[in-house]
Amino acid sequence: MIQFDTVHKRFPNGTTAVDDLSLDLPEGGVTVLVGSSGCGKTTTLRMINRMVDPTSGTIRVGGRDVLDQDAAELRRSIGYVIQQSGLFPHRTVLDNVATVPLLLGWGRRKARARAAELLDTVGLSPDAGKRYPHQLSGGQQQRVGVARALAADPPVLLMDEPFGAVDPVVRTQLQDELLRLQEELGKTIVFVTHDIDEAVRLGDRIAVFRTGGRLVQCAPPAELLARPVDDFVADFLGAERGLKLLSLTTLAGVPQGPAPDGGRWTLALDSARKPLAWHDTETNVRTPLRALRDGDSLLAALNESIAAPGGLVARVDSTGVLTGVSSRDDIHTHAGAAHAQAALTGNAPSAPTGPGPGEGAPAKDAAA
Amino acid sequence: MSVDWSWIADHTDDLTTLTVNHLQAALSAVFFGLLISLPLAVLAHRVRPLRGLLLGLSNILFTIPSIAVFVLLLPVSGLTRTTTVTGLTIYTLVVLLRNTVEGLDSVPQKTKEAAKAMGTKPLRALLTVELPLALPVIMAGVRIATVMSISLVSVATYIGDGGLGQLFTDGFQRDFPTPVIAGVVLTLLLALVADALLVAVQYVLTPWNRRRREA
Repeated sequence: MIQFDTVHKRFPNGTTAVDDLSLDLPEGGVTVLVGSSGCGKTTTLRMINRMVDPTSGTIRVGGRDVLDQDAAELRRSIGYVIQQSGLFPHRTVLDNVATVPLLLGWGRRKARARAAELLDTVGLSPDAGKRYPHQLSGGQQQRVGVARALAADPPVLLMDEPFGAVDPVVRTQLQDELLRLQEELGKTIVFVTHDIDEAVRLGDRIAVFRTGGRLVQCAPPAELLARPVDDFVADFLGAERGLKLLSLTTLAGVPQGPAPDGGRWTLALDSARKPLAWHDTETNVRTPLRALRDGDSLLAALNESIAAPGGLVARVDSTGVLTGVSSRDDIHTHAGAAHAQAALTGNAPSAPTGPGPGEGAPAKDAAA
Repeated sequence: MSVDWSWIADHTDDLTTLTVNHLQAALSAVFFGLLISLPLAVLAHRVRPLRGLLLGLSNILFTIPSIAVFVLLLPVSGLTRTTTVTGLTIYTLVVLLRNTVEGLDSVPQKTKEAAKAMGTKPLRALLTVELPLALPVIMAGVRIATVMSISLVSVATYIGDGGLGQLFTDGFQRDFPTPVIAGVVLTLLLALVADALLVAVQYVLTPWNRRRREA
């Protein structure tokens, strides 16, 4: 869908932003460009819609060389989301979203109708459409930014650190929302971030750039985490990359047994057999817990097994009803096996399905 | 100094004519000033090297004493309204040009970039994004230029024009204060009303800022 063929970009001041980049981004997936600042990831993104033109080499979108196309028309055919949303402060939210349809000459009525539809798609109330951007929260503004990019239904979406300026809780929400939207829309998304956790969460593929504008490795997250090509990538992924890999694997395969009957720790359940807390029969103290579903990640399970006083993790079905418990040892063993398999094949055994897997999962305070 | 109300009552028609005349001169100057400043400001904003030159030039024009400007224009346009308006226009330039450039500078980079990235062509971006966002700063310039022009029209009395300024010469020559006082009061009122109207215009033109204040 998007092809870079031996692309170089040197700026007038002599710095090389992108060095000999050849990269093929298939249709309908999220490719995340990561790297420290000044590594050329943003320049790479901006060359796709001609916000920056390459010094040499060819970039094709849908098979057509971008340099052969009128820059403004090309940009209208590609969605673009920027950090801090870049909304037009003097236009209402509805008119902001209607920007590209209006440029395409849809007419005001049709453009606004489409904009209203998109506000709903990104989870904003119709009421928000009448407001001005500054009257919305940062997270809401970012949603408007996404809606605006989607307005003319472009096949390609470019996102330049779109969630960089919002707080971690809102960021997680926006990431979930994007994954949900992507499932629905199946766009070809290019996403720039310097946050490796965000890359692992969102990416179908992650491209790691090194200072000087060189692409070091482009691989699915599990392969990247299991088999970084060199020390630079390994360092960039961080010391916890093994744990990050577990965030990509589900708990489904971990064996479970019946809930403990007797012993020091027992499960307190409500009338519908939904786990409430661990009950310490010696001190009569209850410790809150986070029950996990099959779709939750192994990392979340590992976290819960450490936090739970008896080392047991309560497992529930999709309705929240208790199905059994898994031991810390079983989770550990399974985590080790999953990691070994990923290292061997470059694939995570099974990807988590539920929102909020991995380190994003709130750790219930065991000491509470 | 006492006001001779009967003189005023006898001259309401004259006073009205002079006031309208005065306002026409001032508003024409602001209008032509804007007409010249807008393209020049866009040029100064886009082409960095021209910026210093244009702003410097308008500053220099501003330092020429106002009477000298009218005298210098006499050989060109004579004792006419054209001379008055041209002179006043020159004075509005310094404020209008500077404020328009600063207004355009004040548009956030992110917003301009978003307009470009959405596929807005430069002229459309200027008209629909940059100028509207620059409007508060431009309007501040228009207000100053308007008030300044209203007060400066009187100087054109020296070339036989000058709107309400004619009341001053009349009063001084006859040692009769009433026309002078009437002239001063009417000039002040004109300036106040014009400024208030411009505030209202800006309020109507910038609904996004309005709600910001309420928020």
